Amino acid sequence: MSTIQTQGTEEIHPDVLLVNRAREGDVEAFEKLVRQYDRQVFRIAQHITQNREDAEDVVQDAFLKAYEKLDQFQGNSKFYTWLVRIAVNESLMRLRKRRTGRMVSIDEDVETDDGSMPRDLADWAPDPEQLYGQSEMAEILRKTIQGLPPGFRVVFVLRDVEGLSTEETAETLGLSIPAVKSRLLRARLQLRERLSRYFRNRKKDGAK
Amino acid sequence: MTCSEFLAHLDDLIDNPISVPMRAELEEHLRGCEHCVVTLNTTRKTIEIYRKHVIYELPNELRERLQKAILAKCKKC
Repeated sequence: MSTIQTQGTEEIHPDVLLVNRAREGDVEAFEKLVRQYDRQVFRIAQHITQNREDAEDVVQDAFLKAYEKLDQFQGNSKFYTWLVRIAVNESLMRLRKRRTGRMVSIDEDVETDDGSMPRDLADWAPDPEQLYGQSEMAEILRKTIQGLPPGFRVVFVLRDVEGLSTEETAETLGLSIPAVKSRLLRARLQLRERLSRYFRNRKKDGAK
Repeated sequence: MTCSEFLAHLDDLIDNPISVPMRAELEEHLRGCEHCVVTLNTTRKTIEIYRKHVIYELPNELRERLQKAILAKCKKC
């Protein structure tokens, strides 16, 4: 993303300028931030809650909370990372409400090594993207990622789909960097294993 | 190097610049292990496919509705 060069060597992210204007009551500046990040917030919320209505609510609530708390935003982290943190917390809260009586946290179901050791070792050929159309592929990817424990899913989504760094993911989720790395590796390997059921080389192995 | 040891460094190989001796060790393992070659390639492909395909699209109509609702509430703040 572009940044504005100041007179010194320090660069100010354009979001920070918008945040400053919004703090002074410029709602149009905040609108720009909403337009910039609403799709990402929706995707993250949908990934965590697995529920369309909840994801819609999270988009509204996360931006409103951000607006109300703009004074608490400190320029030393990115606005986007700060916003994602609010959205993740809102999403987990919604998930808890749906699963009444069950505690849901990003620590859930992550203490097992099951499924991380590669078992399906057939290559993917031809390229899966030549085998499936856009909507069919999206359906396969949705089904596959839904099967991951929430604590793995959220790390994979932030890190690999939304492009946050390991440090930003750790900060956003309140996890240590080694915990993020360990979950990311296991999430990637589990997704790879599950996708192999669809994408593995069929000719050589005679799989379904 | 065993396959388990290779797997422990898989993310480093995918994401991070790693030291020359470590890369050489990992590549040495890959030369003799077809299984780890497949694991590396298909893991890379897994990430690439998830990055490329937007699986939860926010439809324009809903997007506009949400934006209006958010801004209306902000103005009341």
